[in-house]
Amino acid sequence: MCNTQTKSRTIFLSLIFLLFAFNQAQSEEKIKPLEVDWTFKGITGKFDRASLQRGYQVYTEVCASCHSMNLLSYRNLGEKGGPEFSVDQVKAIAANFEVEDGPNDEGDMFTRPARPSDKFVSPYPNVQAATAANGGAYPPDMSVLVKARKGGSDYIYSVLMGYEEPPQGLELDDGVYYNKYMDGQKIKMSNPLSEGIVSYSDGTNATVSQMAKDVTTFLTWSAEPHLETRHKLGLKVIIFLIIFTILVYLSMRRLWSRIDSEK
Amino acid sequence: MSENYVPSSKFGKWFNDRLPLLTLSKHLTDYPTPKNLNYWWTFGGILTFCLISQIITGIVLGMHYVAHADMAFNSIEHIMRDVNYGWLIRYIHSNGASMFFLAVYIHIFRSLFYGSYKSPREIIWILGMLIYLLMMATAFMGYVLPWGQMSFWGATVITNLFSAIPLVGESITNWLWGGFAVDNPTLTRFFSLHYLFPFLILGLVVLHIWALHVPGNNNPVGIDIKKPSKDTVPFHPYITIKDLFALLVFMIIFSGFIFFAPNILGHSDNYIEANPLVTPKHIVPEWYLLPFYAILRSVPDKLGGVILLFASIFILIALPWLDSSKVRSAIFRPVYKIFFWILVIDVLALGYVGAMPAEGLYLLVARVATIYYFAHFLIILPILSRIEKTEPVPLSITEPVLGGMPKTEMIRSDKKNV
Ligand code: HEC
Ligand code: HEM
Repeated sequence: MCNTQTKSRTIFLSLIFLLFAFNQAQSEEKIKPLEVDWTFKGITGKFDRASLQRGYQVYTEVCASCHSMNLLSYRNLGEKGGPEFSVDQVKAIAANFEVEDGPNDEGDMFTRPARPSDKFVSPYPNVQAATAANGGAYPPDMSVLVKARKGGSDYIYSVLMGYEEPPQGLELDDGVYYNKYMDGQKIKMSNPLSEGIVSYSDGTNATVSQMAKDVTTFLTWSAEPHLETRHKLGLKVIIFLIIFTILVYLSMRRLWSRIDSEK
Repeated sequence: MSENYVPSSKFGKWFNDRLPLLTLSKHLTDYPTPKNLNYWWTFGGILTFCLISQIITGIVLGMHYVAHADMAFNSIEHIMRDVNYGWLIRYIHSNGASMFFLAVYIHIFRSLFYGSYKSPREIIWILGMLIYLLMMATAFMGYVLPWGQMSFWGATVITNLFSAIPLVGESITNWLWGGFAVDNPTLTRFFSLHYLFPFLILGLVVLHIWALHVPGNNNPVGIDIKKPSKDTVPFHPYITIKDLFALLVFMIIFSGFIFFAPNILGHSDNYIEANPLVTPKHIVPEWYLLPFYAILRSVPDKLGGVILLFASIFILIALPWLDSSKVRSAIFRPVYKIFFWILVIDVLALGYVGAMPAEGLYLLVARVATIYYFAHFLIILPILSRIEKTEPVPLSITEPVLGGMPKTEMIRSDKKNV
């Protein structure tokens, strides 16, 4: 009886946490995605710079022919915490793309090479065009795709690794492919990756799982460009708070000891 | 006491005679507070912090946010990417809403456990319920602003509820929408109201605390105490430092979410821009509204569901009159204490099934839990409060005159937690 207080407190707290846990577990009947030991996981997680740069290469050489990334500008590729291409590299990357600009003094629209301040050029002029060109399935914009899917980076990686022969007896329509990790195991994107489809400029062996890892790392950064700052700042904030809390706790004990001994 | 307080400086006196702000601050620092308050009493201060934090971060977000159906989603991403520390401001605000509700639920269940809603604190309680209602409305409208898939479809589901009202339902829904579907006019008015409501809440909080300062705090043993006396301590510095300590612990957990799991409490679909043509597979509200969502869906009839939904909240307003037991604290109500914990589990169960598809076993659980929820307030409490044999309560906090051995220890354990 005498410690009902502490007991009920423990029960209450554990129930609150169970509630959170339950919500996370809102289990849909889906296969669990593969788990990757990402460098950006955990409270001190950082991106692997080289992997980000390779990931950009995979994106631009493979995925960019179908998937847009509307929220990114070329300048982002040179910013801190990202792939950190040099200023000249970013300029050169941007200059590979043509953007429409204008109107000029004559009132005409014209095209010019992109500058670092321009947004990533989209493969299609609009959603309808993208959908029509892909057999009725819209290749989703990739800027925040990692955050827009349950399972995040692990899930995206799994989809890229999840292409298999359909099980016996499963009829798939034209343009529909079997993928273990998709909802309903069907996807309207053909397997985008195959061994050696890109040749990495840093000489890394371009296996499917290597490319999937790199491009997923890149997409994770694009969805959460300030992840590194967030982790660094978070650590400082929490250490500060803990020290401050201890100090406040000690002065509280001191202050209250007067009252506690009054009795 | 603060009523007769005379400021020492001449200017202070001159000012205070014209606007007694110094008397007020003297009242707040001297405010005699029971010395045995445990940490469940720190959540009022934590809530005040949450409200102010939401208001400040919200105002900054409002400087960069664009309330337009075509631009809202991208403007949020602009905040996340390009605004200096915009990601931090936004994550504080979005996780802050969850922490706010976590704190308010603890605060409410604290009141339920210790009978803080009972006479003479009914008005504090009712003001609290009004605050809670406004909080839910504010959070709901705030969730619509990023204009993601869950924003859009959540808004559609909830606003559609009003169409269940006979005769005028359709017109009310169209009036809420500002059109014939959730669209740009809905977004702009939600933004406007989402900006307004926190200030209404702030006003209610002032009244809430004002009303609290009339009878003073309840306390874990739930007895009336003489103020000031050996049972009380001045609010400052004793309670301020304890509240600060609890707030800091709360902030550590809060920071854990902000910096290391900022999206864990949200739904991934809300990072997909709203699309009226694509319905998400499961439309679920934020976690803190799930128990009500479960109640809503447990009724096969739409109108019935809506009525039950509102009844589940309004029933709480009547609580001080449903529970007529003279003993406040559950510590001295052995049977009530059991029902209290069953209610906690019941509400958690409702929250759980609220997140699940409304079918099969989940639906059954939702129905049983809904019935129990109402039974708790409408049947169990009124009967129990009349027949329960309560244990003897002490006469004061420091001198447990009436208590036998076990009670003395109880009070000691409360005091140790100070
Ligand atoms: C030939 C065009 C094409 C290419 C190239 C392409 N995709 Fe796709 N992608 C699509 C289409 C179409 C969809 C929509 C599939 C659906 O809805 O079933 C899609 C969907 C996806 C999805 C979403 C799965 C989900 O959960 O909805 C991911 C992830 C994805 N692609 C990743 C990639 C990556 C990474 C690359 C580059 C390595 C890539 N795609 C290259 C056309 C393409
Ligand atoms: C914005 C939200 C709220 C704020 C800022 C707030 C603030 C406070 C504060 C500072 C106190 C005194 C300290 C404490 O007892 O914890 C208090 C007491 C109280 N609150 Fe709230 N509150 C809020 C919402 C609510 C809600 C939703 C309810 C329930 C309906 C509620 C019910 C009560 C009751 C009954 C008391 C008196 C407890 C006592 O006398 O010890 N409050 N509130």
